[in-house]
Amino acid sequence: MAKILDQPRYKCALSAMQTIQSIEGAIPILHSGPGCGAKLGSGAGNSGHFSHNIFPCTNISEKEVVFGGEKRLDETIENALKVLDAELYVVLTSCTSEIIGDDAEEVVRSFKDAGKTVIYASTPGFKGNNYIGNDWVIESIITQYLKPSDKKTKGLVNIWAGVPLHDPFWLGNLRELEKLVEDLGLIPNTIFGHDRGIKNLNKIPEAEFNLLVSPWLGLENVKLLEKKFGTPYLQYPTIPIGASETSKFLRTVGEFAGVDKEKVEKIINKYESEYYYYIERFADVFLETRVMAKRFVVVSDSQYSLALTKFLVNDFGLFPAKQYITDDAPLKYRKQIEEYFKELNYGIEAEVEFSSDGYKIHGEIRDTDYHGYPLILGSSWEKKIAKETKAHYLSISWPINERLVINSSYVGYAGGLKLLEDIYSVVLTRFN
Amino acid sequence: MAINLKISAVGTREDRLGSITGYSGDLHDIVEKSKCGTLKNKERCFSQSSTCNAGCALGQLSGIKDVAIINHAPSGCTAMASGVTVNNDQLATKRGIANATVFVGTDMDENDTVFGATGSLKEIILETYNRYKPKAIFIGTSCVSGIIGEDVDSVIEQVKKEIPVEVPIAAVHCEGFRSRIWATGFDASDHAVLSSIVKPPKQKNNKINFKNFYESAREEITEIFSNFGVEPFFFYQNATVEELSHLSESLATVSICGVLGTYLGNGLEEKYGVPFVKTINPLGVAGFETWLRGIGTAIGKESEVEAYIEKERAIYLPKIEEVKKQLKGLRAVLGMGPGYTYEVSRVLQELGMEVVWAASWHHDKKHDDDKLPAPLKYLEENSPYNFKVSVADQQNFEILNILNHYKPDIYFSRHPGTTVWAIKQGSAALCVNDEYMIFGYKGTLDFAYTVLDTIRNRSFEKNLAARVKLPYTEWWYKQENSTFFKGEAK
Repeated sequence: MAKILDQPRYKCALSAMQTIQSIEGAIPILHSGPGCGAKLGSGAGNSGHFSHNIFPCTNISEKEVVFGGEKRLDETIENALKVLDAELYVVLTSCTSEIIGDDAEEVVRSFKDAGKTVIYASTPGFKGNNYIGNDWVIESIITQYLKPSDKKTKGLVNIWAGVPLHDPFWLGNLRELEKLVEDLGLIPNTIFGHDRGIKNLNKIPEAEFNLLVSPWLGLENVKLLEKKFGTPYLQYPTIPIGASETSKFLRTVGEFAGVDKEKVEKIINKYESEYYYYIERFADVFLETRVMAKRFVVVSDSQYSLALTKFLVNDFGLFPAKQYITDDAPLKYRKQIEEYFKELNYGIEAEVEFSSDGYKIHGEIRDTDYHGYPLILGSSWEKKIAKETKAHYLSISWPINERLVINSSYVGYAGGLKLLEDIYSVVLTRFN
Repeated sequence: MAINLKISAVGTREDRLGSITGYSGDLHDIVEKSKCGTLKNKERCFSQSSTCNAGCALGQLSGIKDVAIINHAPSGCTAMASGVTVNNDQLATKRGIANATVFVGTDMDENDTVFGATGSLKEIILETYNRYKPKAIFIGTSCVSGIIGEDVDSVIEQVKKEIPVEVPIAAVHCEGFRSRIWATGFDASDHAVLSSIVKPPKQKNNKINFKNFYESAREEITEIFSNFGVEPFFFYQNATVEELSHLSESLATVSICGVLGTYLGNGLEEKYGVPFVKTINPLGVAGFETWLRGIGTAIGKESEVEAYIEKERAIYLPKIEEVKKQLKGLRAVLGMGPGYTYEVSRVLQELGMEVVWAASWHHDKKHDDDKLPAPLKYLEENSPYNFKVSVADQQNFEILNILNHYKPDIYFSRHPGTTVWAIKQGSAALCVNDEYMIFGYKGTLDFAYTVLDTIRNRSFEKNLAARVKLPYTEWWYKQENSTFFKGEAK
């Protein structure tokens, strides 16, 4: 049923176009109205090789709404293959094309001998949000594009984490995860961003295992990969930020991959000693500030609410107030996600609420006594409530309209330090 | 065509003005065919994602101070909410005021497409009112609400009984499939304001309605108008509902963009006798002076205007003449909305540059006064040469084909979507995104130097162009840019 979307923190399933856009060599073809691409295309880094301005689109008009749009889709695909230089074309359906009953699958099937690969995904906006849409389009790639491989490459690990272009730090995070996996002597394989793309996509079936770094997003797809290619998977439920979680991450992945324990400990030791060199030097800034309370609140998706809570509690010694999850996570995962928020040091548990109503979230923040100036990590929407509650405020998840993120990352040891830099660059602008 | 404020949905530009989104030819041809009514739209059999009229309709209204926009749509259509809110905040802060406007959605889901959602829409309208007590409420429609036949007008009639009568509430019919022309959305927003907010005049004031986007030249224009004893009233950004209700009492209406202003300007003139200054726009010297004189005539301040022009000319014309020498002969391609393409073409010619190809995203054969838009008429009469013109519907592949073929010294854009690809292809490019970038004598001078600086330091685009792969096939660059027009495809 329609519900009030006050302060939207997600978009619709057709945002799957951004997932395709992030695979070099692949381009989405939108069977949608003329405005969908532009509305969903907002976000960081949008003038890359392909962008929504370049995506072929049927630009559905009244004529197609009345008479159907299959012919229009057919000619759009046919000409897209001539005009646009890509290796993989992914037709995405929309609200309009699905309601008027166009059979995109059938149209796409007629291109099976076109000499270029055309696949399709059903992504109508009314059926799910952009998180779900991301998973749907990956699922389409797995079922329609990937072929079983005879060979398995020892140590090859497919890494999955975050929603391309929607999570501002998605690519930086992915690169950092690659480095960590590489440190363990494994071979990371990701499909997003520079110099990955189709060639890495084709390697997915060869991997020794899939590493999913996420509380729920992507879980169905790693299971599907297991079913289709027999590739086992490891789900690590949070992006690791800072020393505690990153060391745990390395141990977990190392153990799963059968990496020598001593080797893992050696790597961890090297990183931790450097990490704490910096922490030691700047601990005075952290401890001797007049304007920072112990309480914090995160208003973000499952991935970040969990990861930031873990870092701030287990690494940084702050205390969690109630945390908010705004990605409309599927109901079947919610209980498990809540459990993750109980895995904190000293038996600390964080209360969690799933809500997409920003007005109510802000109402609760306003009514909470944080016993000092709290830290609010969220999106552009939290700027106002932060001002009202005199909180320190940092925007870390979509929408972030007033911050430019190019390739920064919060993952790993370096990511933890980067997050502290960002938080304290706000804290230091204030004095009591 | 008479403007009818009794209907809920304004006609599209295609229906009302015979506007088109596909054409390739030249200036004289498009003007001639526009005048005699033989101009026909060319459909495309290939297109790229562009924009829909909902963005313009709801984007305009959401600049109004302290109102609520409720988008009856799935979540993706409301993705613009944070951008709107942040812009509102920045633009209000710049003025030292606060804008509490909210932009919410109804997050329509699969059940709604089957069973309808007018019940929840009603609840959401009331909830939004109770949360924020907005000064007006606008309900936007979407592709989904339109196709499943949601009767938004009836919902509005129902909620009117439960919301104080002084809070206007209006539907904004802006289904994305309705029109290929985003400017239909401007008309939808104007229609909502004219039909639900503007009241008949009680007494005239000394204001000039100034339709614009983001009032970046507010201080400068306020100063200029003070020479004539009048005040500008800028809208919609930062305008209050109360102020808008008095639009009918102003001395005249002007608009920084002809495409933006035609419906409201002509509507106010037709319904309330507020003169709409329909001259060419205040970009460049000829534009600025013609526009000022048009205002002078409308408000009976001709001599004050002449005095102002004389004074300012003495300061700026010598400086403009100086920089013109360095721009002479530069070849330019433009890709903008028609409200700017022809205005900027005129300025480029004025500065001694050559317009090689002018692409507009759509084309209005006429505006709501049934006349050929002023900048086209001006160019038809004053351009020293004919030049190529196309109506390109924001189609990036057509623009890049043109740029590849004509290899201009500089490309001028105004919206997201072509600028970066132009530089990737090796053209210098300048995005004229501030609507006041070429305003008046000073703006013209600044613009001329900005063009010069763009041409003289091409490091950024040379560095990038040398390292990127273009998105199009070699095959495409060998075709005519109009290849995919139906009936002309080869």
